[in-house]
Amino acid sequence: MRYAVRWRSRVALGVPAALALLLLVVPLVALLLRADWARIPADLATPTVLPALRLSLTTTSVTAVLCLLLGTPLAWFLARSEHRATSWVRALLTVPLVLPPVVGGVALLMTWGRNGLIGQYLTPFGIQIPFTTVAVVLAETFVAMPYYVLAVEGAMRGLDPRLESVARTLGASDLRYLRTVGIPLVLPGIASGLALAWARALGEFGATITFAGNFPGRTQTLPLLVYVELERDPQVAISISIMLLAVSVLVLGVLRGRWLR
Amino acid sequence: MSTPPSRAPRAPRALNTARDVRRTRAPTVATLAATAVLLAGCGSSTPSADGTGQPGRSGASAASLQGTVTVLAAASLTESFDELKKDFEAAHPGVTVETSYGSSATLVQQVNNGAPASVVALAGTAAAKPLDQSMVKDTKTFATNVLEIAVPPSNPGAVASINDLAKPSVKVVLCADTVPCGKAAQATFAKARIVPNVVSKEVDVKATLSKVKLAEADAAVVYHSDVVAAKDAVTGVEIPSQFNTSLSYPVITLSDDAATKAFVAYLLSAEGLATVQSFGFGAP
Repeated sequence: MRYAVRWRSRVALGVPAALALLLLVVPLVALLLRADWARIPADLATPTVLPALRLSLTTTSVTAVLCLLLGTPLAWFLARSEHRATSWVRALLTVPLVLPPVVGGVALLMTWGRNGLIGQYLTPFGIQIPFTTVAVVLAETFVAMPYYVLAVEGAMRGLDPRLESVARTLGASDLRYLRTVGIPLVLPGIASGLALAWARALGEFGATITFAGNFPGRTQTLPLLVYVELERDPQVAISISIMLLAVSVLVLGVLRGRWLR
Repeated sequence: MSTPPSRAPRAPRALNTARDVRRTRAPTVATLAATAVLLAGCGSSTPSADGTGQPGRSGASAASLQGTVTVLAAASLTESFDELKKDFEAAHPGVTVETSYGSSATLVQQVNNGAPASVVALAGTAAAKPLDQSMVKDTKTFATNVLEIAVPPSNPGAVASINDLAKPSVKVVLCADTVPCGKAAQATFAKARIVPNVVSKEVDVKATLSKVKLAEADAAVVYHSDVVAAKDAVTGVEIPSQFNTSLSYPVITLSDDAATKAFVAYLLSAEGLATVQSFGFGAP
């Protein structure tokens, strides 16, 4: 009897679990099935693909560097602060995570646009951010930085606080402590944060098309190209999608293999 | 007695070293981030449902039509079809007209991939070519449109004619090359022998116009009807007819449903055409 009960509960849990798995996996399989594998090399050699690939790689790399340089200190402040305001800052930081990216794009336009909060002071100097590669980087950083900061903050919180106390009694400054003790110990957290942020930046679509526009070689990243190609030649769009899927799986594989056991 | 082999109770794992704490924390953050990715993904999808309440059936007579007509229309038709929908629903309380707007190229892709649609109205007959012809019941032309330059009311680029778009300092926004208004703009620039400083190629005509409404671009090439619909938000600069490109708008019926036929008949009636033309479109 106990066996039957156990079997029934297995089914009760197993069926929805299998459905959940199917919902997530079947679309990826469908994409793979629709791909014309023999055509992929030729599709990826389409004149529009190379500039988009180059642009995607450079902007996501710059985004990753910005995350590293600006996000690491922010993560450190968040991790060590006991102040009540810290939780508010952290909550504020998660907003871009859940915000629809297109809303992020509108917000960026209101900030850096010609009549924007900051943009209006740049216009007299002949500096215009929208429709430039800088806008792509800003959009990608806006959506990707929170992933990095939260990942690194988590890793930093895991550090033994006595390490910092000891470093201080030995006369080390904050910067020296971070350079010689803090950062080396959280390197795995930094690496996984960078990979997550980079992957998010690579997939950025909504904020980019709203804020940076869509121009080949300047602001047309791979996801934007997929969208446009779907109207011109769906097979090319599928081929680029497969490439992006492969990159995502590669990033996940690296993460799993090294840090997310 | 078939008892399944019971599992040995798992020994609690000691979590006392700093290294272990760190190891368990990293996946937690990753899971959280992954959940956020999903949430963000959900949020960015735009529902096309147009929350119109089902009208009451109090006055249902034998002749009254029932049902839902799903209309996919080119972005340039947004304002005129919103008006047509309102008028048609007022005349037929049993019918709900659901509208969805996008670039003609996107709409055709959606229909070919099985999007439920009773009627598609497209910008230009060329846009209808990729449409799966086996689904088409009927095609009629109901309007024409010409291109026009839209500039912000302050006209920061000092654009007075199409020739001003040749100035490198004037930032021009066009529709993407895959979209009818983008193809038409390319043809017009070729005829005028002008190479504009294009800063972006937007996904549909309304997205193109919005960049001028926000004054982020100095000029956009859109349809005359879009300039009319935008009212005071933009100023129109006419393109001479020798350079201009004219488009015929076909309405394509995809359903034999009575309500669908009634909607198309209303669109092609004198009243329907007058509504469309009041938004700056030309007669078919």
